[in-house]
Amino acid sequence: MEAAMDLMRRMPPKQSQTALSSLLALLPEHSQELLSRVDQPLEVLCDVESGKEFLLCDYNRDGDSHRSPWSNKYHPPLDDGCQPSADLRKLEVEANDVFAVYRDQYYEGGISSVYMWEPDEGEGFASCFLIKKDGSKSGQGRRGYLQEGLWDAIHVIEVGAEDEGTARYRLTSTVMLSLTTSDTDAGTFNLSGSITRQMILDLAVSEGHLCNMGRMIEEMEGKLRNSLDQILDTTNVLKIAFFSDQNAQL
Amino acid sequence: MAEQKQSEPEELSKKQRKEIAKWFLINSPPGEIQYVAKDVESLLMDEHVYEMAVSEAFPLYNKTHMICLEMPNRSGEVLITAFGELDGSHYLDPRNAQVATVDHVKQVCSMVRPATDDELPSSYVEEFRGALDAELVRYISEAYPKGICSVYCISRKDAEGPGSDFELVAVISAGKHSPQNFCNGSWRSVWRIEFKDELQLVELIGKIEVDAHYFEEGNVQLDTNHECKDSTIFQLAEECAVSLANIIRHHESEYIAALEASYSNLPDTTFKDLRRKLPVTRTLFPWHNTLQFSLTRDLTKELGIGN
Repeated sequence: MEAAMDLMRRMPPKQSQTALSSLLALLPEHSQELLSRVDQPLEVLCDVESGKEFLLCDYNRDGDSHRSPWSNKYHPPLDDGCQPSADLRKLEVEANDVFAVYRDQYYEGGISSVYMWEPDEGEGFASCFLIKKDGSKSGQGRRGYLQEGLWDAIHVIEVGAEDEGTARYRLTSTVMLSLTTSDTDAGTFNLSGSITRQMILDLAVSEGHLCNMGRMIEEMEGKLRNSLDQILDTTNVLKIAFFSDQNAQL
Repeated sequence: MAEQKQSEPEELSKKQRKEIAKWFLINSPPGEIQYVAKDVESLLMDEHVYEMAVSEAFPLYNKTHMICLEMPNRSGEVLITAFGELDGSHYLDPRNAQVATVDHVKQVCSMVRPATDDELPSSYVEEFRGALDAELVRYISEAYPKGICSVYCISRKDAEGPGSDFELVAVISAGKHSPQNFCNGSWRSVWRIEFKDELQLVELIGKIEVDAHYFEEGNVQLDTNHECKDSTIFQLAEECAVSLANIIRHHESEYIAALEASYSNLPDTTFKDLRRKLPVTRTLFPWHNTLQFSLTRDLTKELGIGN
């Protein structure tokens, strides 16, 4: 299993689907674990009731159906599908509304979904904030710089039990990115991949969980985007092959 | 009979497993195939399939990535390329007229022998090849910290003198592996150079590839491709070499400049189509005051406006 995960960290991200299906073929006995540990591009379904699109992940899945955060119904329909408690559903509805505004302000388009659930053991709750943005020329890339450009963000937050007015928030964020530009001078340029980071904070809950979670996600998305900027940092990229770099020997 | 029936699908699945293993190996990022091989070996748990996969995948990988191997007895270095390949395990070092015996899987060179006459170009072609090689060596030592180049004759190497066409190919390969910076990368450029006697013209087609793999906190890979064309007049060997090297230098530095420009555009402009640095409001999101959003939403819902 560790070897399989190491391979996923080395294979070209734009081929990650082929890599994953190859691993599934080699290790059928580990398919559950592979599918849950390997991040995959987010898929989209349309909620028939509200007419809005929502994102699919393991956290809103029950069997082969996925629960829409808008109507709270499973697609395809499932009568006894897993549901969050009434209180948590209330928070989920609010989170979806607010997060949609956040998403629109930062992404100028895209799709977002928030799911919440009670953990199997222990107190507190968990939530997952998803964003998908297609910035391609043919998608919502209004500036038209990108031949192809996809950004999928997955933020999973475990919120511990409240203790003397504070709670522990454990955030794990992954951004999956794929972009291609092409122009005559610079040829074809493709950057794709994923980065994952964690953040753990103890915060006062006086302003509410949503406020705390939102701020953490906003800070984290900023950090992840900066990391991508750094990766692209001109000198970094060109040093690799072209310019002399005496300090970094083999 | 029953036994044979059972062994047949077994045979097929071995072949499929080998193909999968090969796919992983061939897709290894620059400088990482040995790590990938270790993973693949432990996943397969079948020495025979593993041996088959590596013996097929390593030569392909070594040639596409144009790896550079040290030859024994201080005989210098040899580039592993399709252009210098005599057979599966022998590669020509045209600069020193040597042939290296290569172990692809270990990525080492075990033996070296002088090249025979029929493995080398005619003295007429060699004059052009050698002169260009010397010019490129000078260029590389200035521009590439860990670059290596080689010039091969790939067509009509028996051309005896003026009046005949021939074709050279110049290869530049530079790699950098820097695990402490969580980054591996490689630069490869291949220049096909056609000497056309009748037109008194030398035509070049260049292909440049840059690959990089960043593995800090994730897996981000970058690949770029660029092609360009140029030509110069057919002159004496020395003069040809100087103008060809200048053309190559010119196109490669121009490509670097274009790449640099597009990289520096990415963070501010291109990324904006994915996610902005700041919201359209240019201030951080007002998480402390989100009630307004839900309320407005409720209101629009009640009034039946919006979707």
